Amino acid sequence: MPPEAEHDRISLAFARVLRGAGLNVPVGSTITFAEALAAVGLDRRDDVYWAGRVTLLRTPEDGDLYDRAFDAFWDGRVEITAPATAAPPLTLAFDADRDESDDENDTTEIGPTMQVRYSRAEVLRHRDFAAYTHAELAEARRLMTDLRLAGALRRSRRRRPTNRERGRPDLRRTVRRSLRSGGEPIDRAFSAPSRRPRRIVLLCDVSGSMEAYSRALLRFVQAAVVGRGRVEAFALGTRLTRITRELSSRDPDAALAAAADRVLDWSGGTRLGDGLREFNDRWGVRGMARGAVVVVLSDGWDRGDPDTLGEEMARLARVAHRIVWVNPLKATPEYAPLARGMAAALPHVDDFIAGHSMAALEELAAVIAK
Amino acid sequence: MTDVKNVDEVREALAAHDYLADEGLATAIFLALRLERPLLLEGEAGVGKTEVAKVLARWTGGELIRLQCYEGIDAAQAVYEWDYSRQLLHLRASEAGGGPIDEDELYSERFLVRRPLLRAIAHTGAQPPVLLVDEVDRADDEFEAFLLEILSDYAITVPELGTFRAETPPIVVVTSNRTRDVHDALKRRCLYHWIGHPDFERELAILRVRAPGVREELARQVAGAVEALRDLDLYKPPGVAETIDWAQAVVALGSTTLDAATVEVTLGTVLKYREDQERARSHGLEQLLNAVERPERAS
Repeated sequence: MPPEAEHDRISLAFARVLRGAGLNVPVGSTITFAEALAAVGLDRRDDVYWAGRVTLLRTPEDGDLYDRAFDAFWDGRVEITAPATAAPPLTLAFDADRDESDDENDTTEIGPTMQVRYSRAEVLRHRDFAAYTHAELAEARRLMTDLRLAGALRRSRRRRPTNRERGRPDLRRTVRRSLRSGGEPIDRAFSAPSRRPRRIVLLCDVSGSMEAYSRALLRFVQAAVVGRGRVEAFALGTRLTRITRELSSRDPDAALAAAADRVLDWSGGTRLGDGLREFNDRWGVRGMARGAVVVVLSDGWDRGDPDTLGEEMARLARVAHRIVWVNPLKATPEYAPLARGMAAALPHVDDFIAGHSMAALEELAAVIAK
Repeated sequence: MTDVKNVDEVREALAAHDYLADEGLATAIFLALRLERPLLLEGEAGVGKTEVAKVLARWTGGELIRLQCYEGIDAAQAVYEWDYSRQLLHLRASEAGGGPIDEDELYSERFLVRRPLLRAIAHTGAQPPVLLVDEVDRADDEFEAFLLEILSDYAITVPELGTFRAETPPIVVVTSNRTRDVHDALKRRCLYHWIGHPDFERELAILRVRAPGVREELARQVAGAVEALRDLDLYKPPGVAETIDWAQAVVALGSTTLDAATVEVTLGTVLKYREDQERARSHGLEQLLNAVERPERAS
């Protein structure tokens, strides 16, 4: 076999192994890998290992999987299974088993469509998510598609042309225009700073105590991620999981299912402080939260150390533009932020709102744009 | 530079220019040179990502062209711009001279201001330049798309002038601190390498090379203490750059060994967060120094 064919064959076979192990390997990368093999040769294990790593991996997180796949491949054992992604304990679909009687009521109630739908929407707007029936949840999901999140505007370094006769001279356009007037810059052009929406970072608590709400809120988060580019989403449980990519599918069912696959600690406990710490270390303080509107969706029940939570909130507050804490329990009239975690976090929170119903989420959208 | 023969040759050449690369990084650089692909380097701040481009420039003799990315960077700052004031002056002059205005002349190379990307593509030197696109994660998505286009065919089109195409493609190093994910399309175009913190022996070797004024004993102490600090669960574990700074700071203070008092006064060169310093202190600075003993005994 000519060496090129050998490289191609190895590259394709190994790519298949990696895909089988759950890595996303585009075809272009396998071609590059084959070229890389041609360059380093096949004699030394280290060379082949790094050639693959450099050409086929795109995040350090995939390193472990790659290592295992490579070991197996190099040793000639090609049977690899994807790491057991534990089936999420909660099915994310919104048709969880609820009283069937509700469904029947629904079908009898629905009469002339327009009016009833409208009033239904009105009623739904103020009802607590926890009290939703399955049909109502489905309705709310549809309504959330219309909810548009936009971060507060800030001045950008980019400039845009303006028709006003002030601001900074826009020389590029002035030169162009002066060609029209025989070289005399009579018609001067100006530019003004443009404005950009701030990044929005959503941290959604997916612990057991939030279960009644996280189903609805996650859909809200998904609508936000799909709605515009500068939204980042994380699930907070006993650990932190970034779910922006999973949620960016336009099909809500597919997106929520993908997120559920990714989040391994669904409906478990919460360690808010540790989760926030991880967020700050790995993403937030390094840049993602800088100047951003950070929204925490949580009831503030925390099994971890409240001091850690307070400290991490302080750290976050130092880089974020604003921190909005959405606590569904706040809607209860007698609510007081007694949960130790909540009490520790509150001093660093700019806006503390309810978020238990559609109306409250609309308020949230308004607060974020403020 | 496509004539390097193997990975070891790359490692030796880098070492000869004071950069100690491990097997992974050396392979990545070797492949980037051989396959003429951009190299995307990610890693914590201070692990030597930017340094890679600098050492490549020193080694190959190519010019180092650096493009520092920032929020809102656009084509006018990254690729080219026209020299508007000179264009206006030129217009006035030709008007005063009574001559006709030649638009082609106005948009000729004479008035073109070349920014880093265009300079890297339109270079004419014998050696291809080293293009460093630093902290690409700070720029926005639009700019990334733009960069991808240029890195795909190493060509830039200026509508008024035509297309510039690199005769030999520049060596491209793109770095990211990973404050956000770089777009997949750009990653696919590049070879990818994550630079981690070096282990004790390599850090020691780096200290010997980069801080030659530091005595062996002190270098061992500093490398050991830094290794201990990295285990402390800090906000910002010190990188290699901090290790070098620290060793040099101790030397500058006239100390030849690291003791608790010296650590106390120089802690600010390695730990840049108040909370981290407190954590190190509550852990015990003596403790750090005890950790220092370990690798020495081991050797």
